[in-house]
Amino acid sequence: MSLSQLSAYQIAQQVQSKKASCREVVDDFLGRIEAVEERVKAFVTVTGDEARRRADMLDRRLASGEDIGALGGVPIAVKDALCTRGVKTTCSSKMLENFVPPYDAHVVERLAVDGAITVGKANMDEFAMGSSTENSAFFPTRNPWDLERVPGGSSGGSTAAVAALEAPLALGSDTGGSIRQPAAYCGCVGLKPTYGLVSRYGLIAFASSLDQIGPIANDVRDCALLLQSIAGHDRRDTTSINRSLPKYLDALTGNIRGLKVGVPQEFFAQGVQGYVSDAVHKAIDKMAELGAEVVEVSMPSTEYALATYYIIAPSEASSNLARYDGVQYGLRVHEMGDDIVQMYSKTRVKGFGHEVQHRIMIGTHALSSGFYDAYYLKAQKVRTLIRRDFEAAFQKCDVLATPTAPTVAFKLGENANDPFAMKLADVCTIPVNMAGLPAISLPCGFHEKMPIGLQLIGNLLDESTLLRAAHAYEQATDWHTQRAVL
Amino acid sequence: MRLTSEEVDHIALLSRLDLSPAERERAATELSQILDHFEQLKQLDTADVPPTEHVLPVVNVLRADESRPGLPREGVLQNAPEHAGGMFQVPRVVEAE
Amino acid sequence: MSKYEIVIGMEVHAELLTQSKQFCACPNEAVAPPNTNVCPVCLGFPGSLPVLNAKSVDLSLRTVLAFDSKINTRCIFERKNYFYPDLPKAYQVSQRLLPLGEGGFIDIDVPNGDGTSTVKRVGLHDVHMEEDTGKSQHGESIGDPDSSLIDFNRSGIPLLEIVSLPDMRSVEEAEAYMTALRQLLLYLEVSDCKMELGRLRFEASLSLRPWGQEEYGTRVEVKNLNSMKAVRDSLRAEIERQTRILDSGGVVVQQTMLWDEASGTTQPMRSKEQAHDYRYFPEPDLVPLDIDSAWLERVRASMPELPRAKNQRFIEQLGLSSYEAGVLTSSREIAEYYEAALEGYTKSDGGAAKAISNWVCNELLGRVNAQNSSIAEAKVLPAQLRELVQLIDAGTISGKIAKEIFDEMFTSGRDAKSIVEERGLTQMSDTTELEAICEKVIAANPKAVEDYRGGKEKSFGALVGGVMKETKGRANPALVNELLKKALTQ
Ligand SMILES: [Zn+2]
Repeated sequence: MSLSQLSAYQIAQQVQSKKASCREVVDDFLGRIEAVEERVKAFVTVTGDEARRRADMLDRRLASGEDIGALGGVPIAVKDALCTRGVKTTCSSKMLENFVPPYDAHVVERLAVDGAITVGKANMDEFAMGSSTENSAFFPTRNPWDLERVPGGSSGGSTAAVAALEAPLALGSDTGGSIRQPAAYCGCVGLKPTYGLVSRYGLIAFASSLDQIGPIANDVRDCALLLQSIAGHDRRDTTSINRSLPKYLDALTGNIRGLKVGVPQEFFAQGVQGYVSDAVHKAIDKMAELGAEVVEVSMPSTEYALATYYIIAPSEASSNLARYDGVQYGLRVHEMGDDIVQMYSKTRVKGFGHEVQHRIMIGTHALSSGFYDAYYLKAQKVRTLIRRDFEAAFQKCDVLATPTAPTVAFKLGENANDPFAMKLADVCTIPVNMAGLPAISLPCGFHEKMPIGLQLIGNLLDESTLLRAAHAYEQATDWHTQRAVL
Repeated sequence: MRLTSEEVDHIALLSRLDLSPAERERAATELSQILDHFEQLKQLDTADVPPTEHVLPVVNVLRADESRPGLPREGVLQNAPEHAGGMFQVPRVVEAE
Repeated sequence: MSKYEIVIGMEVHAELLTQSKQFCACPNEAVAPPNTNVCPVCLGFPGSLPVLNAKSVDLSLRTVLAFDSKINTRCIFERKNYFYPDLPKAYQVSQRLLPLGEGGFIDIDVPNGDGTSTVKRVGLHDVHMEEDTGKSQHGESIGDPDSSLIDFNRSGIPLLEIVSLPDMRSVEEAEAYMTALRQLLLYLEVSDCKMELGRLRFEASLSLRPWGQEEYGTRVEVKNLNSMKAVRDSLRAEIERQTRILDSGGVVVQQTMLWDEASGTTQPMRSKEQAHDYRYFPEPDLVPLDIDSAWLERVRASMPELPRAKNQRFIEQLGLSSYEAGVLTSSREIAEYYEAALEGYTKSDGGAAKAISNWVCNELLGRVNAQNSSIAEAKVLPAQLRELVQLIDAGTISGKIAKEIFDEMFTSGRDAKSIVEERGLTQMSDTTELEAICEKVIAANPKAVEDYRGGKEKSFGALVGGVMKETKGRANPALVNELLKKALTQ
């Protein structure tokens, strides 16, 4: 069996017990990338040489008896929205096509400390705006289960890399579902942690109050392993939570007897296909079989989440992306005789793709004088209502079970002319970001050979319960053992 | 309700996007559609609801006033489209702020 | 008198005296080779995040406490969005909805023109925290006048913006406001207020209205004021300009004017015709401040006595004149020097405070000002000055000799005692010795003696001078007077 078939947890064990060297692991995965990448197109940049150098260095440290960390020798794909010192970080945008950060994101530092090896920077929707990775300025990524379909987005490259076994682990970021929705589309496990659990330092911002970095893997244990590495306080992000962390692997007991699973009916409306509802309800039944107690909960504000999100996220984005003006870094378009305003406006119209421009304009309008109260302030108030719905629900249950996405992965180009259908792909994931809660997506069935995602939502900072529930369900089914054939 | 072309021009200027006439037309249509969708929020009475600024009640995160040297100059300028004399170079600025 | 009432408001930006910047650890030092005190945060690099400087909050709190502003104990930061090349993130982190301080006032001394002054209270609109921008310069320095060059060393330096109400009614009041504000910020050690380095910056807004009219006239903002003189001259020029417009039946246009030092005129700022829409919204990357009473008390305890309170105390408790108290409290350094010199020094006649005040106000500050130096750099330490005054009290030296000694102390920083000993300048108070000298002088000046006895009081002075000359000025003058008179009436 090839090393690339193993889970991250198993690879780390092989390396630690010296059954495989870091170099062997890395060579195996780089070989896999070589073999499938042309079809999957998961990476903007493959960092093969650096990965081999780093593997050799880790092997030397291991040989001298050092502990090289919990992820020692494990390859990882890093979303190209995360800054990597000395390695191009593009956000899949022409604007940053040649941007080389002089510093590492906090999570990248943590990975280095724990011995992980970055094999490449993963493709994404430009500036994380999209649900299909078709908005990458460079090329779309393909779904490993069906190359005619999208992998979801915006962390489509990260997820496709894991599904295609180009890396056992990946980092994504999730603003409205950008980890969970591609995880559902690609049959992976993806977790969006509680807002503030993982430092955003070095994550190129989309919507600061919603963005959160999280792990993507092929099973729940790997997901917990990676979460352990990246979670924790960082002085450089003031929204990062300062408290001691549980041992997430210890939460994976397999026991969910007495766990209260809430089922909010509102998450099964809004275009959720029958086959998705069926699969999710079967999963809930399975959890009941395992001893969980199923309770109905009501979350009436859910239907307003999409509109709320499409005000708040673009508003913050319009400000976060204003810095891309061709002055200090990135693209500059400047024609003879242009003044500074012309330089800005030409740079930004050439540097940003249509979806990014569209959202910048929405946000600019929503914040502008005369509209602020009706749009931005109103949305922040509705956000409070959405949070209150979750607070009430968690009075009655420990986790919520919902679909991750209303459909399985759609075909490339299928929703290109229907932007609103595309946005509906996030309808079940967006409310979670509004409330800052943790949520995980894991496979719970197939429709037309494409994976279906189950979303479990946890209470604030209760990743342990979430992982325990997900793991128990996963271990009682075999969805997670199925792999895309490439 | 459809945005007027003046409104679209204003939004494009504030956004610093040099849109072609066709792009302006498309923006008017798409922005108007999404603004219509936002109308849905008016159904909710939020008069007594406080806005959410942060989802967690964290306050007073401060750093001690200690200084450290900044980035080496190469790191500062390596991504600059144009620079001269250690400074970022741009077309001459006439307007102030 | 003009037909119009002048209405002036002031916006002041003060860079705070911190080690590091507002949101990153880069040194708070704009004067350095370009782009050397910068990092991903203050350069607005993608992925960077701000972390607020605790010291800058404390300094800002000190200021709002001194202004007696209402403090928003829960306050938030907001983003002010606009494009400008010296603004790296294309937004400035500032405060608008919930600034640190709202309201409050500054009392100013408005001169009456006859040497006296009247206290006037200028109200404040708000006091808020923000960050400074980078600096751009035109490209002539590299031979490319079509370009501008940007240095971000100043970007992110903590700023306090103090916005007054339009409460000032003359250029003199505006000047008094600036003086009072500057004095207060220096006392509080909040800013070094170096205007020439842009660490304290004034912007004025000015309008005119016919006397008796209630609503304000159209406001014009005046910028590019880098000295107190520039503020004064630009306001005068702008008053003249607006008066001319109104007199000729014209309408003042609401706009921003730049002061042009060279031509002595205000010029409209060249700006693209576009409405500013700053699109303020709460900064999601910074959590709110929640300032409890313990925090406020800690800051209050760190505050010095403020200049007005000190001034009053000097007059009421130390018996100084209002002129002296004004000089001694004009800066924190002078007041601290004075109080240190006075410390532990008493005089039976209660004149200690006055005696030290004379020496500080006249001798010390006279010499310091003549050298264009500052009291902090003076070589004479407060304790040394006290010792000198005590030597006079003890009759060891005369006042005249003391001034000579002080000259030496001021240049060398040496103790009075050692100078006195080295030069043998101790006052002569030995009656027998002085009697002999008096006799000698009387014998040598028969003409003066005769004149004096004939009723010419002035001749007595010549005899005193004679004794002083004989003793090289060391004779105790009171004793000389007494002995001479006694000898002459015999
Ligand atoms: Zn900095």
